[in-house]
Amino acid sequence: MAIRVNLITGRTIQQGVSMEAGKEKPAYTTACGIIELDPADFKKLGAFRNTNVRVTSKYGSVIVKAVEATQGPHPGVAYIPMGPWANMVVNPNTYSTGMPTFKGTPVEVEVAKNEPVLSSLELVRKGCRGELA
Amino acid sequence: MTKTVTDVICPFCGTLCDDLEVVVSNDGQELLEVYNACAIGAEKFLHSQAKDRITRPRMRQEDGSWKEISYDDAIEYTARMLTDAKKPLMYGWSSTNCEAQAVGSEIGELVGAVMDNTATVCHGTSLIAVQDIGIPSCTLGEVKNRADRILFWGCNPAHAHPRHMSRYSIFPRGFFTGKGHTGRKVIVVDPRPTDTASVADVHLQVEQGRDYELLNAFRVAFKGEQLPDVVAGIPKEKIYEAAETLKSGRFVIIFFGMGVTQSLGKNHNIDEAIAVTRDLNEYTKAAIMPMRGHYNVTGSGQVWGWLFGFPYAVDLSRGFARYNPGETTSNDLLRRDEVDAVFVLGSDPGAHFPFSSVKKIYDRPSVAIDPHETPTTEVCRVHVPVAFVGVEVGGCAYRMDNVPIETRKVVEPPEGMMTDEEFLKHVLARVKEIQGE
Repeated sequence: MAIRVNLITGRTIQQGVSMEAGKEKPAYTTACGIIELDPADFKKLGAFRNTNVRVTSKYGSVIVKAVEATQGPHPGVAYIPMGPWANMVVNPNTYSTGMPTFKGTPVEVEVAKNEPVLSSLELVRKGCRGELA
Repeated sequence: MTKTVTDVICPFCGTLCDDLEVVVSNDGQELLEVYNACAIGAEKFLHSQAKDRITRPRMRQEDGSWKEISYDDAIEYTARMLTDAKKPLMYGWSSTNCEAQAVGSEIGELVGAVMDNTATVCHGTSLIAVQDIGIPSCTLGEVKNRADRILFWGCNPAHAHPRHMSRYSIFPRGFFTGKGHTGRKVIVVDPRPTDTASVADVHLQVEQGRDYELLNAFRVAFKGEQLPDVVAGIPKEKIYEAAETLKSGRFVIIFFGMGVTQSLGKNHNIDEAIAVTRDLNEYTKAAIMPMRGHYNVTGSGQVWGWLFGFPYAVDLSRGFARYNPGETTSNDLLRRDEVDAVFVLGSDPGAHFPFSSVKKIYDRPSVAIDPHETPTTEVCRVHVPVAFVGVEVGGCAYRMDNVPIETRKVVEPPEGMMTDEEFLKHVLARVKEIQGE
């Protein structure tokens, strides 16, 4: 069962620390390869915490781990920390301002238990070579 | 034996903390401890000591593997790529010093590049708004010493500028703010109850993307005019109350972040936030300040401001400086295939641009200058590692309030490693040679 939520992105302190420690390291994937969902949205999705999910928008799709919102409640709003995972699905249109629309992308979230969350380097490499499912 | 270097500047965020203490080995070769920094700043200093750090330039091979090359080869590749291109994009410039930015700008002028910095995905829309209607601003010192009403709009300093609240905005005791946080009223506007909101007196959980409406409602409330029952998800009573809180202050400061610059409305959201500040000045003293992200993104705006007259998205391809956000901005250029080579220094578009733009970098000749291994180095043809500015080399940086601060060198870079400025100077010399041929 898929749910529809409004996706926003941004910095978290874990994102900042793991980014400075090296974006090739697993800690960066742990910090940013996630989607923060409200408990109410978890209920609708019918999934346990820490389940891998596929997040899909008009602009792309990515596998991330669904975790409970750390700065909630915010039902209907989902949060992926800024980084390559979020950027697979955000709205790239700038509407003549130069600024892609990083906040406020409608996305669909569905359980994808058996699919892995790729590391940052793997994700962009495979994406660029057209090797992503 | 060790020695302690005091008053070290932190090269992470725009707060540019200047009170760090760093313990280094007596010979200055090894960095051992960092005091006073936030978790992110400390990690930045410590990561310079990583044993697996890449110390020589490398070029990607046909099969996707890396081959080590010399700095001379990297300089030659970069200079050729830039001179061969009809319209190269030279992007980044925010995690480096002003000296390197100036050399880079000279290269950009010679090769007819488009120069763009990270404001393009950060506070670029704020800069457009400032050009539209101006900005009544102040320094962080004034905030610390005078501000008794603090409004954080669409920003979360607890995570993005971790020491901002303790050094300048909420907790410090200043000249006219001797009671510290007990003398201040803090309002946070954010679609999430963030960690910053948890230390605020009032949190207005605005509906995502409805900032313009709420800002406009504040202007109505200041004048005591009628509001609908609910605006942007906030009951009108709360808006009137917050508006009164702001009006009753002696000095109001509005800090704003990506929540308003990246949501729909973009520069118009900032227009309205500045108009709120202007209106507040009818009743009290008010100022507004963007929460700049990279430690020297403000500096690159300054350098280009005095060199070209524009703070970002400067197109030099016609031999003179043009500026038209939406046309000369990195993501628009990449998505429309209007640049034919990409040079990145002091930023990571591979991680922080929408993927459709990242793919375009991969498809072109490209060079990434970065101390770290990043998604950008992963998609570029050549990666040139350099010394960390603010750790292994000093130089000028501008804080988010446009105050220049000289960063300090605290430790030696790995042997034989170039700085941004040295590498760029070599590229500049080579570009001049090639163009003279």
